[in-house]
Amino acid sequence: MSTAAAHAEHDHAHGHAHHDEGFIKKYLWSTDHKIIAMQYLFTGIFMAFIGGFTVYAFRMQLAFPGMSVPGYGRVTATDYNALVTTHGSVMIFWVAMPVLIAALGNYLIPLMIGCDDMVFPRLNRLSYQLFLLSSIVLIASFYVPGGAFGGAWTSYPPLSAKAEYSLTGLGSSMWLFAVALEFAAFLLGGINFITTVMNSRAPGMKMFDVPIVVWMIIIASILFMASVGPLIAGAVMLLFDQQLGTGFFDPAKGGDPVLWQHLFWFFGHPEVYVVLLPAMGIVAEIITVFSRKKLFAYKTVLYTAIGTGVLSFFVWAHHQFIAGIDPRMANVFSVTTLLISIPVAEMVFVYIGTLYGGSIRLTTPMLWALAFIAEFLLGGVTGIFLGASGADIYFHDTYFVIAHFHYTFFPIAFIGSFAAITYWFPKMFGKMMNETWGKVHFWGTIIPFNAIFIPLFLLGARGDHRRIYDYRHFPDLMKAGMQDLRVFATLALLVLLAFQVVFLVNLFYSIFRGEKASANPWNANTLEWQAPSPPPHGNFPQGLPNVYRGPYEYSHPDRQDDYWPQTEPDAAKS
Amino acid sequence: MIRPIATTREMTGMPTGRLAVWWLIASEIVIFGGVLGSYLMHRIGHKEWAAASAHTNTWAGAFNTLVLLTSSLSAVLAHNAALRKDGKRAAKLLWFTILGGGIFLVVKSIEWTGEIKAGYTITANNFWSFYYTAAGLHGLHVIAGMIVMMFVAADAAKGKELQRVENAGLYWHFVDLVWIFLFPLLYIAK
Repeated sequence: MSTAAAHAEHDHAHGHAHHDEGFIKKYLWSTDHKIIAMQYLFTGIFMAFIGGFTVYAFRMQLAFPGMSVPGYGRVTATDYNALVTTHGSVMIFWVAMPVLIAALGNYLIPLMIGCDDMVFPRLNRLSYQLFLLSSIVLIASFYVPGGAFGGAWTSYPPLSAKAEYSLTGLGSSMWLFAVALEFAAFLLGGINFITTVMNSRAPGMKMFDVPIVVWMIIIASILFMASVGPLIAGAVMLLFDQQLGTGFFDPAKGGDPVLWQHLFWFFGHPEVYVVLLPAMGIVAEIITVFSRKKLFAYKTVLYTAIGTGVLSFFVWAHHQFIAGIDPRMANVFSVTTLLISIPVAEMVFVYIGTLYGGSIRLTTPMLWALAFIAEFLLGGVTGIFLGASGADIYFHDTYFVIAHFHYTFFPIAFIGSFAAITYWFPKMFGKMMNETWGKVHFWGTIIPFNAIFIPLFLLGARGDHRRIYDYRHFPDLMKAGMQDLRVFATLALLVLLAFQVVFLVNLFYSIFRGEKASANPWNANTLEWQAPSPPPHGNFPQGLPNVYRGPYEYSHPDRQDDYWPQTEPDAAKS
Repeated sequence: MIRPIATTREMTGMPTGRLAVWWLIASEIVIFGGVLGSYLMHRIGHKEWAAASAHTNTWAGAFNTLVLLTSSLSAVLAHNAALRKDGKRAAKLLWFTILGGGIFLVVKSIEWTGEIKAGYTITANNFWSFYYTAAGLHGLHVIAGMIVMMFVAADAAKGKELQRVENAGLYWHFVDLVWIFLFPLLYIAK
């Protein structure tokens, strides 16, 4: 870039910094990527309350059937269905997606690639507004006649297609509508992310100078975009089945319910990687900073992430081994499913390789990052049992499946998010979070998390079916100790939920009363740490940065400092 | 809103607007792919749908194909005019394209009225369900394309945002292309 152009950019950035706006324009109608990120983050946290409250209510019913749950009342069978459906939908679509992809993508992408905003700021605002509307529609569906949708987050027909079966005619359609709006929001956001990173990187930032977390969010956005289309088509078809009486998924009318399962899981399985990859990216940023080492094999991480993404389109039918698909097809999908564990395991190895020989600092974000690797590993390993069609026929629809995917999704959605929030908090709010309380919250989350799901593995292995409202009607599932395990898991859940108060108090206390943070409290290399904490409108008041090297040059032997910001020209070598 | 510097950068060498349209088209391909893939899988298993599809109006479909192809031609000519910075002519040609979309929708509604009156409604059987769903989804895209082109044409007439003529045209070609798939699959295949 010529000097004149650099000057023009510089002046422009100043124009941003002095731009003054009213409260509504600044916080509710803003096109600033950081404000939109905060809107997504806090909406996601709010929705996590709904996800947490629903799981509290239905786990209490399972542990103490028939009791009046404090704060909820008696859980009826219809309530139970609505609660489990809402829990699943909310945690995946309204917590994991907005926090990991939308909030972090919006916050980090422009800062980490060194520009002042997204390339389509108004599209970005529209994306959040659609997302907010989708949340409102979902919450509103609790209050319509029949209540919220109760056909599970997978929404299989014929249960979801007919009001006679689901008993939630309007709730089902509102659920579909909310999910469709949410998809539209993330498609807009995804196009914005991808084009921003392709076109608006800082001068000098080549493909392999882009931080891994940005790459991961981009790959995830592409995966989402490529996989969600058939489900959007399927959602239209299901909506017509519900409201117009067509028979796309109705065998009596020549339709096929398994078609929905194909359309759903063609999206649903890549979706696992859509949320996994950003979490993996967050972990990559944190472990390099806190082991003061260059990321071991940057390109390997990148290529394995792309490989995971491609493979993830060929594994979906492992959800349907007992749905009546051809056993030969089951063999093919068993093989692809087992194959996908290879690139994911490779990423874990690369991260362990990064830790090896590093000078590790066990800060709160680092603890979360390490816990992510350990806990996700357990989730991945137990997936092997479910990917192999022979074992899956036994495990299908048991609590083994529940425990397995919570060992993948909890690390992704919560451990990943906590890692990200504690790591980027100083940048986001210009304050430091309290480390002691951060660690209390960490152990208060990790220990009960394992205490919830290890019993569920044991229950699942004993054949405990996942879709039962009251186990007292199933003597086979009330054999010695089984109810005790359910009670134990539920009590562990109460402990886990209670410890989230520590996080919330720490979060809000630190926002208002925390110790002031410097621009770069962790001595990190990536561009966001070169901006002030918190970055003003326009991000880099000193002028948009130029990039001279990759993001992970820690402990370079030629330098006194153990870090080497991407923006520092080579001449400044000390 | 002050225009962020981000919007002015062009690292790939392709303007951001056009890049975004390509990604938008990519996301739409999989949506139509889902509908058409489901339709094809069903169609293979239901030989009797040939009898239902015999009742579609192939001539109306063929006429509409011609209309859409012509409208795509004028979209290309509009792009050409925009490249020559001739905003007025680009706007005129875009309006011609919009007219093509309008004719397409009119023919379509006459067709559907006849079919619905003859009892071939969306619930008649699954062939008709797919027929209305796929063509209806496509119709919505035609309407969306027309609305976008109205805004682009209004700007282009004043000589503003001429690069958008190409972007709108790209999208219109995609809408056209979807119809090229729908027409043989829904009308011709017997």
